[in-house]
Amino acid sequence: MSSLTIHAAREGLRQKKFSSVELARAFLDRIRQHNPRLNAFITVDENQALAMAAAADERMAKGEDTPVLGVPIALKDVLMTKGLRTTAGSKILENFVPTWDATPVARLRAAGAVFLGKTNTDEFAMGSSTENSAYGVTRNPHDETRVPGGSSGGSAAAVAADLCCAALGTDTGGSVRQPASLCGVSGIKNSYGRVSRNGLIAYGSSLDSVGALAKDVRDLAILDGVMAGADEKDSTSVTLPVPNYVAALNAPSADPRLPLKGLRVGVPKEYFIDGMQAEVAAAVREGIAQLERLGAVVKDISLPNTALSLPVYYIIAPCEASANLARFDGVKYGLRVTGADLIDTYRQTRGAGFGSEVKRRIMLGTYALSAGYYDAYYIRAQKVRTLIKQDFERAFEQVDVIVAPVSPTTAFKIGEKADDPIQMYLADVFTLSLNLAGNCAVCVPCGKDSAGLPIGMQVMGPMFGEEIALRTAHVYQQS
Amino acid sequence: MLTPAEVERIALLGRLALTDEEKAKYAQQLSAVLEYADALSKVNVEGIPPTASVLSVRGVMRPDDAPSSQIPREDVLANAPRADGESFFVQGTFEEK
Repeated sequence: MSSLTIHAAREGLRQKKFSSVELARAFLDRIRQHNPRLNAFITVDENQALAMAAAADERMAKGEDTPVLGVPIALKDVLMTKGLRTTAGSKILENFVPTWDATPVARLRAAGAVFLGKTNTDEFAMGSSTENSAYGVTRNPHDETRVPGGSSGGSAAAVAADLCCAALGTDTGGSVRQPASLCGVSGIKNSYGRVSRNGLIAYGSSLDSVGALAKDVRDLAILDGVMAGADEKDSTSVTLPVPNYVAALNAPSADPRLPLKGLRVGVPKEYFIDGMQAEVAAAVREGIAQLERLGAVVKDISLPNTALSLPVYYIIAPCEASANLARFDGVKYGLRVTGADLIDTYRQTRGAGFGSEVKRRIMLGTYALSAGYYDAYYIRAQKVRTLIKQDFERAFEQVDVIVAPVSPTTAFKIGEKADDPIQMYLADVFTLSLNLAGNCAVCVPCGKDSAGLPIGMQVMGPMFGEEIALRTAHVYQQS
Repeated sequence: MLTPAEVERIALLGRLALTDEEKAKYAQQLSAVLEYADALSKVNVEGIPPTASVLSVRGVMRPDDAPSSQIPREDVLANAPRADGESFFVQGTFEEK
């Protein structure tokens, strides 16, 4: 029962093969059994989950039906959940219990999804391995000596280990796609503005996006259908209508034997580089060949400024983070360590409450925004960001989707990169530029390396091109 | 390489109390990241506008009437480290030490 996708769980619930309470109990049993080892969840509230499941069973008894009604899911712990502790992976929010839901969470709650708990994350979503969580590292279910990726590593591990049907994640520089890839599950990074960020604890506000991790692409389409759409509480959420993503998965093709006939697939040469794991490049190349067999037309393209995405990101994101995290001052919520005066209270609270990577990024952002450095670092990074965005705009004039690897390697060992920030930042080299440009991507497993570790491939779509990215990834996954 | 004085100045601006060990570590690590970011100084960005947001939407307005939802005061104060039911409690800003 615990291996069910959202759509299979819904089917079982509709046919009364099991109740939502039975389904929730099955997952809670597995969590009790496996979470002490995997550490995918920071917080599990069994009573709350069972109460939500019972309420969903009542709604179904009255004949109600939604795409997620009664389906147990997990939520990354940077999304605010009313009455359910939300830590952002940080000690500074160890006892924080929100009094309201993030908008995507509220929409899932209204549709009757069951929340099993909150999944582990690098502190404030800053990291690529979950090693930066104040609540301990999450282990990769495929090899427990390895990281699950990050920062949505808890969500990825929970989906891969069948501790939930699906999970929400967030992606600021690859934080849905890279862990999905390293744990062998499907993931979506939505276009900036597609899903409301209201109630997502902010890291890099011009880059943050809410997405999902699931057992197949269909479930991603289902979750997007519930979450996406304008929200008056987030003025950067767009008013574009929300397409029927599930219907888009099986859009008719001109030739029934070739479901992707005529689809133009761009393959950027900058995503196949020296130093990447050869098995990753080979598996993604084979995935692209499969798209070709399904009718797609493959074209070599160039995104010439890709390598600059790393320095641009590691200026812009820390700048935004240093401003966003100023709210943690020991006054309104979270930890307070009382100092000699008010400024000292701020310093002591933040010094004690934040972990090492968060402090590093606050320091970096504060420096880059300080008088005398602002133009040289922040404004210059924003100009290069424009070049990166233009790369994608030009590419999407020639192709419908862009296909590339997600991570240069499969899952690495716990501790392997922990003391070397630049090596760790390089883990995101294939994911950062998409956040800088703002468009969407769907990540699907495309093979394994010789050690049996999963490899992921990302199908990038244009701004608000979720339909075509989902459809391409779905057709590939079903083939 | 950032000097210890620069690290202290940034830590004060960022309102972070750091240990001596952290100061030494960050001096070295921040310098390495900034050196890496130096690649940006070599890019020709003449005439290129900066991107602060990928959306063209700016300054969204709403009618100046009652907001559709409000957060009750007790909810706002619920997570405060110190509050009295009406206000947050903090040390005085301009008090003598």
